[in-house]
Amino acid sequence: MQTLEQLKVRLETAVPGARIEIVPNGSPANQPSLLIDREHGRAVAKFLRDDSDLRFDYASNATGVDWPEKTIKEKIKTRKIVDGVEKEVEEVVEKKTAAYLEAVYHLYSMALGHGPLVIRLRTENRSDKVTLPSLTPIWRSCEFQEREIFDLFGIVFEGHGDLRRILMWDEFTDHPMRKDYVDPDDYEYEPTPHDRVLERARLHYPPEATA
Amino acid sequence: MNGLTDKTALNPGAARVTLDHDLLEVAMGPHHPSTHGVFRMNLVLDGETVVRLKPVFGYLHRNHEKIGESNNYLGSIPYTDRLDYICSMTNNWAYVLSVEKLAGISVPERAEYIRVIVAELTRLFNHTCQVGFLLQDMGALGTPLMYAFREREKILDLFESLSGARMMHNYMRFGGCRCDFPAGWVERARSVVAHYPTFLDQFEALLSGNEILKVRTQKVGVLPAALAINAGITGPMLRASGVNYDIRKVDKYGVYDRFDFSVPMGEHGDVYDRYMMRILEMRETLKILNQAISTLPEGPILDPKAKLRNLRPKAGEAYGRIEAPKGELGFYLISDGGPNPYRYRIRPPSLINLTILEDMCLGHTVADVVVILGSVDIVLGEVDR
Repeated sequence: MQTLEQLKVRLETAVPGARIEIVPNGSPANQPSLLIDREHGRAVAKFLRDDSDLRFDYASNATGVDWPEKTIKEKIKTRKIVDGVEKEVEEVVEKKTAAYLEAVYHLYSMALGHGPLVIRLRTENRSDKVTLPSLTPIWRSCEFQEREIFDLFGIVFEGHGDLRRILMWDEFTDHPMRKDYVDPDDYEYEPTPHDRVLERARLHYPPEATA
Repeated sequence: MNGLTDKTALNPGAARVTLDHDLLEVAMGPHHPSTHGVFRMNLVLDGETVVRLKPVFGYLHRNHEKIGESNNYLGSIPYTDRLDYICSMTNNWAYVLSVEKLAGISVPERAEYIRVIVAELTRLFNHTCQVGFLLQDMGALGTPLMYAFREREKILDLFESLSGARMMHNYMRFGGCRCDFPAGWVERARSVVAHYPTFLDQFEALLSGNEILKVRTQKVGVLPAALAINAGITGPMLRASGVNYDIRKVDKYGVYDRFDFSVPMGEHGDVYDRYMMRILEMRETLKILNQAISTLPEGPILDPKAKLRNLRPKAGEAYGRIEAPKGELGFYLISDGGPNPYRYRIRPPSLINLTILEDMCLGHTVADVVVILGSVDIVLGEVDR
């Protein structure tokens, strides 16, 4: 197996126009991943499956991750002239990270026994109609898992063929695994009402009803 | 007009209705006894033959992954027991293995051996029960399943004296196990393992050569190897199709590289091979158990440096997987440095092994669907999560 850098170069030459980025992984697990652009996602996946050195014939795990917008505070040291004297000043700069949904695939090779190779695809934003290319035509194992991502995260997979809700019921409208999901106000079914639930019960009814 | 061959001659007003076949749509389940819980299959039937099949999930869905994101790392261990509620020990192991990868925790040698012993005992009774359920689905009401449950009970007694619970063990911890074997446990385990081959021989004498079993299972639900790989099928189902892939051999997690065992493989990929695969795997499991019990080292069972409460792994991610009795059970965890995982994902073998259910069932009869589903070995607690 090649290193991830070599693999990146190889993929970029094999699939013209593909933009691939290595996403580092801070944990001791040492599983960095490849971020592939949306347009060439399926072509790159096909190459990973069919190339005789790689042969990632088995997509084990496919899942979604929600990354809402986050503000990060960074301290930056700059030189400024304060009272006529040049000094080093620390400034706090607020940065906003991009918001997106991500589909993560863990690939293994059953033929050659290597893996995992982690590939990620990112959507443009976190709106309701965000699309990614489906990898189900490459690996059947993604069929139910992409349906699950669609159901719980709301990523629409183009070219899936049978993209329906899988775990939630068909009439359900929201996507429960998103970080900003608010669960419905069904405190009535709470077996032991406690502080938070009682507060929600108070808000549920108009004030004149509870008075 | 010949009055002898024209069947409407006596009643000229009768409409000529042809007995043309029509397609019938049937919902099989969710409370059909052979669906192993609450699982539904929408079947389109031509007479008794299956033309289309769509599995319907979600009756047991409680969004386990969302619960995992709001729990701290330690608090999720008892929840994993409830995924595949037959194999709590292996669920525990898959989860703690992923957290150990994520946080870089090492495991003492004795704890690794204990994990192998309890995981292989779990595999033993999972496969025994699976064969019992399969036979139950085939119409062998009672006897094989009761024999299987009798043997399972002996192992559950062992687990109860070890962890305090028959099924929801909550036994493993990051960096080891919760408690050591109680006095006399190893001897009891040894006697259970020593008795098991006799039981397997009796079980096989009853079943393996049985003509009804052969007729109902051979050449039924054939799964070709190429499709099995592409559809991500794992565990005994994959190996029944003749693919040599066992994560205990590939990843060598824990101390599996120290034991001498082989990976049985099927040839035809039909239901009979899947049945046989479980029987043969149980015999290999007994080999591992004998070796592990006789070479069990002394020492601590929990890494003293491992932090259980208030564990905050560095920001990053890890995917850990084990060979659970039903296939590859994996946990994908992302940490943002906080006390609970940012993303907590379970790769459920039961769900993914159902991907090719329709492919296997088309062209067979409804009675065969029951048998094919039984040979997949699913637990709905894990399918729906």
